[in-house]
Amino acid sequence: MLTSNSLNQTFAIANSGLDLEFSFTKAMEGVGLSPEIAHILWLPLPMALVLVAAVVGVLVTVWLERKISAAAQQRIGPEYAGALGILQPMADGLKLLVKEDIIPARADTWLFTLGPVLVLVPVILSWLIVPFGQKLLISNVGIGIFLWISLSSIQPIGLLMSGYASNNKYSLLGGLRAAAQSISYEIPLALSVLAIVMMSNSLSTVDIVNQQNTIGLLSWNIWRQPVGFIIFWICALAECERLPFDLPEAEEELVAGYQTEYAGMKFALFYLGSYINLVLSALLVSILYLGGWGFPIPIEWIASWVGQDPNAPSIELLTGSLGIIMTILKAYLLVFLAILLRWTTPRVRIDQLLDLGWKFLLPISLVNLLVTAGLKLIFPSAFGG
Amino acid sequence: MNIAISTQTICFLILSSIVIVGSISVVLLENIVYSAFLLGGVFMSVAGLYLLLNASFVAAAQVLVYVGAVNVLILFAIMLVNKREELKPVKGLKIRKIFSAAICFGLLALLIRVDLITPWSLPGPVAIGEEATARIGEHLFTDYLLPFELASVLLLMAMIGAIVLARRDVPTKDIGTGNVVNQSLLEKPNVPILIDKSSN
Repeated sequence: MLTSNSLNQTFAIANSGLDLEFSFTKAMEGVGLSPEIAHILWLPLPMALVLVAAVVGVLVTVWLERKISAAAQQRIGPEYAGALGILQPMADGLKLLVKEDIIPARADTWLFTLGPVLVLVPVILSWLIVPFGQKLLISNVGIGIFLWISLSSIQPIGLLMSGYASNNKYSLLGGLRAAAQSISYEIPLALSVLAIVMMSNSLSTVDIVNQQNTIGLLSWNIWRQPVGFIIFWICALAECERLPFDLPEAEEELVAGYQTEYAGMKFALFYLGSYINLVLSALLVSILYLGGWGFPIPIEWIASWVGQDPNAPSIELLTGSLGIIMTILKAYLLVFLAILLRWTTPRVRIDQLLDLGWKFLLPISLVNLLVTAGLKLIFPSAFGG
Repeated sequence: MNIAISTQTICFLILSSIVIVGSISVVLLENIVYSAFLLGGVFMSVAGLYLLLNASFVAAAQVLVYVGAVNVLILFAIMLVNKREELKPVKGLKIRKIFSAAICFGLLALLIRVDLITPWSLPGPVAIGEEATARIGEHLFTDYLLPFELASVLLLMAMIGAIVLARRDVPTKDIGTGNVVNQSLLEKPNVPILIDKSSN
């Protein structure tokens, strides 16, 4: 249903890159299993791997956040849990795991429980389309990036649900603010993605990355879409509720917004969701604007300079691993930027937030879309005609 | 029956039972907030049915428009206007309920009859799957251009109308008295601009 490997194979790409499913199926056939059974055995593997990658990504991000925040305030930060405090996020997670799960007496038990789940599940589902290499993604669905946009529109419902079910005015206000923020920043976000999609003639994330990796660093979308890049980054921060846009949980005004009544694992789900969302947004910025898994100088060029065949298995393995490293490196650079922004910018007011979204970002992103369309007609070779 | 087909059948049964039970509860539940959240669940299941029919673009659009926009808007309206007031009992509620139930069942009977007497061409045309996005775009900008543009103009009219109705405008001078209005207030008073204030 969702998988579309046939589409993947029709693209005429010289270097197809690592295909782990193919190798796995071959290995399983070597053991004596039928291809169908091998496929069923294969199916859960990438999903589990991506889930683990997402959670590990969160642990690393939490550690980075603590360390960089400490450095920004001239503190040391976590120090005793493991070397350089690297086990601190694990300790945090363990603490939340064993805490008592409290549901307020007059809260709505069902909605209260369902809310955090509805916030977390769409974010994890969106990892479906994050490519780490030509074939290193769970599913190259044709609607690609559109899937992420539509999934992220489910989140406000979970926020409203948990805000309402907590039976607390701070929670309700926080939930309403979160939903308002989320829906108003989704529009410029989608419009700036649309400009990218217009240039690459495809919604698929793999195509978007491939279209950027013709001449390395210079062909990345950030040079062709500088305005779109800034709009997307602002909107992504707003969608993640990061400072300067963390109004839904502004502790001076709303205690902790929709999370006020939550404790234990349900609170951890919100926490996990927001950090997974941050890593996901950073990954998507790197995919849409910074060339995804591409090395600043195309690997094929380097291989031909050294006199190697880019399709040789060892070179393919090297390219694949380098692709994963590049994607993660770019994403974590953006995470670093987000953490720095957290400690250098003051929080905006709710009216400033809505003004910025509706009166500034929306018109600018519309103009950006129009200019992209015009440039695509004038310079079809540079803007993907 | 191989694994793919049995998975699809199971998914179809689960999704359609959610749609039926959910939409019945949307109508029958007393708590309007539950109804609104259940409506979201029904929309999601309909999107799941589209996915089963290999129409992933339509499914994503369904989630984006109905769950992400329409349902959130309904929830917003409910939560912002959440007055806890006792509604007056309507006269003859039982008779009304019986009438509406009869009409609903009549419509259901009509639909079932249509379903039974129509010669459906099964299996229908093959789903084009991933190409659907491009095909929908082509159709929207060639043979369905006029309905598409009309729909956009209609939406624009609705949007401008909503802004005019909801806008809180503070003129520099009060229309009635001619005094200068204090504009330092951040939260502007809720005075609809369509009401003529000179008559007061």
